Formats: sequence, structure tokens, C-alpha cells
Amino acid sequence: MASESIVVDHVSKDFTMQYHRTLKQMAVATIRGLPLKEHFRAVNDVSFTVEQGESIGLMGLNGSGKSTLLKLINGVMRPDEGRILTRGRIAGLIATGAGFHPQLSGRDNLYLNGAILGMSEPEIKRKFDEIVDFADIGKFLDTPVSHYSSGMFARLGFAIAIHVDADIFLADEVLAVGDKPFKKKCMAKMQEIRQQGTTIFYVSHASSSVRAMCDRVLVLESGHLNFDGDVEQGIHYLQYDDDEETKEALADGELGADV
Amino acid sequence: MRAANKAATAAARQAKVDERGRRRNAARKARRLMEKKADSMPVVELRGPKQERVVDAELVDPSPHGGLVEVFQQRYLLRLIVTRQLAQMYAASLLGLLWSYIQPALRFVVYFAVFGIILRTHDSTPNFALHLFTGMVFVHYFTETWSGGTHSIWNNRTLVLKMRVPREIFPVASMVVAAYHTGPQVLILGIACALLGWHFTLVGLAAGALGMAILICFSMALSLTFSALNVFFKDFQNIVSTFTQFLHFLVPMMYSYSYIARMGQDHPWAYQLYFADPLAEAVMLMQRLFWAPTLKPSQYAHEFPPDLWERGFIMLAVCAVMLVLAQRFFSRLEGKFPERL
Ligand SMILES: Nc1ncnc2c1ncn2[C@@H]1O[C@H](COP(=O)(O)OP(=O)(O)OP(=O)(O)O)[C@@H](O)[C@H]1O
Ligand SMILES: [Mg+2]
Repeated sequence: MASESIVVDHVSKDFTMQYHRTLKQMAVATIRGLPLKEHFRAVNDVSFTVEQGESIGLMGLNGSGKSTLLKLINGVMRPDEGRILTRGRIAGLIATGAGFHPQLSGRDNLYLNGAILGMSEPEIKRKFDEIVDFADIGKFLDTPVSHYSSGMFARLGFAIAIHVDADIFLADEVLAVGDKPFKKKCMAKMQEIRQQGTTIFYVSHASSSVRAMCDRVLVLESGHLNFDGDVEQGIHYLQYDDDEETKEALADGELGADV
Repeated sequence: MRAANKAATAAARQAKVDERGRRRNAARKARRLMEKKADSMPVVELRGPKQERVVDAELVDPSPHGGLVEVFQQRYLLRLIVTRQLAQMYAASLLGLLWSYIQPALRFVVYFAVFGIILRTHDSTPNFALHLFTGMVFVHYFTETWSGGTHSIWNNRTLVLKMRVPREIFPVASMVVAAYHTGPQVLILGIACALLGWHFTLVGLAAGALGMAILICFSMALSLTFSALNVFFKDFQNIVSTFTQFLHFLVPMMYSYSYIARMGQDHPWAYQLYFADPLAEAVMLMQRLFWAPTLKPSQYAHEFPPDLWERGFIMLAVCAVMLVLAQRFFSRLEGKFPERL
């Protein structure tokens, strides 16, 4: 019996871009007739349902709204329109790095993050060694995380999130900063929780690893959910293989701006 | 007419070209990104069949909605945040926690010297030191809750940005930290009371409870409101720090109630304004608990307003309503926190 794990129902999220912060700036802008703020729709009328145990690859260009969508699912942000429902405990990492307190040590952050993710005190104590082993940050455990390298930061964050025993696991591109062996270890661990039936949301540009990790692909294009379906087709869709003109353009060697 | 049609067609064609160009650009970007990143992550295949996981929970909205109630359901987290905050405050300080006593102690000495000895309030107010100290302890608790709360969301922005927590937990943690700092001061106050012949009365206890309830509701309401506002405009933390500097003068502690009563005879509206401040009411109630029982009833008979209790209960009701409104206000703004921090 499969049950819904995530229901996203006509969800939109607007950002307000405030251009002027001080009264003086606002006054000047008003006199010149410049806009004081502008609305920007980062996620636009997105709907889908995920069953428990499904593994979803979320793909799209930079700025297409992937991290925003994950923040909505994880409850950090609220949708402006539509609604989101989730079942069970959610853990994961969103947009480069965990929510750590920079002045606190790795150990303190581990406890704090564990508690925020819903672990009880005995649960954290029980898993403490395992998490520290996995993160492999050695003697830096008791130094403030602001002194960590970005790789160490990501390691600790991932180690905590993956050991939470969550029902839904969100993995944004956090692993991008890790080194090869650690990435491999993380992917193996993610496969392990996937096998245990955890719902996974995996954001990545790496098509081969999405192929291995996911059962289904969602593609976001400037906030719109333009593709929802099979992995191969999703990757194909993203590469615009059917778009003759792109092929021509590419053949001309006329290459666009770097990404 | 035809010209207009022509223009429209041209515009449509242009839009189509633009759209195609945009799409081509996007496609190009996507393709390059995919090519570059295709093998950036190692491939690990699934081993063995997938298991069924049965999640024994309801489908719920993932964002926090419980407000203050949810904070008290997560007591372990609250405790962690409080202890970390305390540890952090004294992380690089030799005297550590002692600092939160040195400043009040010095201030006490100065106030006592100026008001008690130079201005001689000491003569008209028996046990003036206790009168002063009671006020200082609870004003200190109030200002620390308020200013700590105002900074709290901003100071914990890394957590607010990335993790799902009931955000009220940060102002509440500031209040607990303030209580932690005030606790030993209350102990000193208690010892001083005992030395000066304090005795237990039920009336005093009731006054203390009422005063504390007003203080908690009022400081929490302000702290919730200002912590939310401070996310949007940093001016609010300056407003708070400016305001808290005057608070000592706006409650009856350096001078006793009878001075205000005398002022009230000439300026009734000023009197009403003065006691519209829940803090002034709370401080008097606390003095009823700590200071009054060290004196003979005839000595303090004129040092409390005749309607102390009526005002107290009305004030508590007002503050409770303020707290509810503050919670509503906070809930409305908190949805915008992550994008504004
Ligand atoms: N707090 C914010 N205020 C205003 N705009 C924002 C805010 N956060 C994100 N955006 C905008 O929303 C859009 C989507 O951002 P998001 O981080 O979700 O993209 P993404 O798909 O994760 O991109 P990437 O692949 O680079 O991680 C971007 O255009 C970004 O500029
Ligand atoms: Mg992102």
C-alpha cells in the first residue's frame, strides 16, 4: 500500500525585491518615479504528488526555483498561493550548507540541528558517534563551524541530516563542494535510505547520477514545472534534443554565456 | 487600420523570435550545464530491492503554525538554544557570568548614592535600598527580555533561513536567558529582605504573582513584536536600546509612589499616563511582595495607589490581549523572514 508523501497543490511563491532600504532612498526613488519594489514569481503554479518511497530528481537551470521549491516543502517558507502537505519527518540540506550557527562548535551545532530536525536527546546521543564518524571532521569537532572549510561544513551537515531517519530526505546541491570519496560515500548512503523506503528529493545537474538515483524527474523552468515523468525522458527534455535550432546553433560553435 | 494590423503582426513575429531566442539561449545553457556536470557526481547503483516504509503520520502543512504553544512542546530544543546562547555570551570573557552582576551592582550604587544620599529619598522612604533594588531587578529582567528578544531572530538568522523551527523559540529563549540572569539577583533580594525583617503574607504573594504575570505577558508581547519588526528594519533595535535607557526613571523605584501621587494632584493626566505603563504597575506589585512586608503597615499605607489591585488585574488582561495580538502579528510576518534575512 503506497501512500502520498508530498502533495504540492497549485503552489506559487513570490519574492519582493526591495530596492531602497532607507527613507532617504525611498523618497528619492518616489520623486524620480522609480519602482520601490518589484514582485518576482520564483515558483509558478506548481502541482505534483509524490508517493512514499519515490525518489525524485529535480532539475533545471540556475535560478529556476529548485531551492525555493525545496524550502517550501521543508517548511522554511510558506507558499503565497496553493498548499503543500507532507507526511512524516523531513530532513535534508538546502542551498549550500546546513543551518549552522557560525559561532558554535561542530558538536553544539550537531546537537542543535539534531533537535531541530526532530530527534530526541537520547536519539542524538545514540547516533552521535556514528554521525561524527561519517562526517570525518576529526579534531575540528570542537572548533566553531565558521572556521570549517566548505567541505567540512557540508560533510557535517549531510552526516546529521542523513542520520535523522527521516521519512522525506531533501538533497540540494550541497554535495558539490565535497571531494570524490566523500561524494561517493554520500551517494551510497542515499541509496541505502532510498532502499529503506525514504522519499528522496535530489537536486543535481549530473545526469548520470540522477539516472542512478531517481525514479522520476521534475524539470523546473523559470518557476514553471514543465516536465514531470520518466528519468530518461526528463534528461532528454532538459537537453532539448528535439530542438533542431539548438543543434544548429551549437554546430555553428556559437556558444552562450558560461553558466 | 491596415497599418495597425501590420504592426501587430510584426510585434507578434518579433515576440515569437524573442521567445525562440530565449528558449534557444536556455537550451544552450542547459546543454552546457549538463555536459559539464554530467559526471560531476559519482554513480552508485541501488543494491537490492526497495523496502516498503509505512509512515504513521498525517499529511500536514510542513511550515510551523503552533506559535508559542509549539515552542513549549519542544522543550529540549529550547533548552539547547538557551544553554548555547549563554555559553556564547561568555565565550571570550574572563569574568563570564559575573558581568551580568557587575553592571547592575554599579548602577545600584550610583542610584543609591544620588537619590538615597544626595537627594535624601532615603529619609522619606524607609528601607529605600530595598525599594530601589526590587525595582531594578525586575526592570532589568524586563529590558533584557525585550532587547534580547528584539535581536534574537536576526542573531539566529542562519537557523531561521535553513531550518524549520517555530521561530517564536528565539524570543522565548531570550526571556529564559534573562530569567537566568535575574534569578541570582532575586536570591540576593530575598536575602536582603530576610535581613530586614521580611515576613510572609498571602497578600504579598498574590501581588508578586500578579506582577510577574504582567511582566511576562508584557515583555513577551514586546519581544515578539520587535523581533519581527527588526527583521525588516534594523531601526527597531536602536529604538529599543534608546527606550530602555529611560525605563529606570519611569517606574517608582528611585522615588516612591507618594511623589507621583503628589504630582497627580496637579497633573491628573500625567498620573494616568504614568500608570498606563504595565511596567510601573508590575514594579509596584513586586514591591508589595518584597519591600512592604519589611515595614509596618502604617509606613507603606500611602506608598501604594488605593486601586493597586484593580489596576493590576486590568493591566494583566490588557497585557494578555497584547500578547495574543503580538503572536498574531508575528505569525503574519514570519512567513517573510527567510527571504528578508
Ligand atoms: N530571498 C530572495 N529574494 C528575492 N529573490 C530571491 C530570493 N531567493 C531566491 N530568489 C530568486 O528566486 C529565483 C529562484 O532561486 P532558487 O535559489 O530557487 O534557484 P535554484 O533553481 O535553486 O538555482 P541554483 O541551480 O543556482 O541553485 C532566483 O531567480 C533567485 O534570484
Ligand atoms: Mg539552488
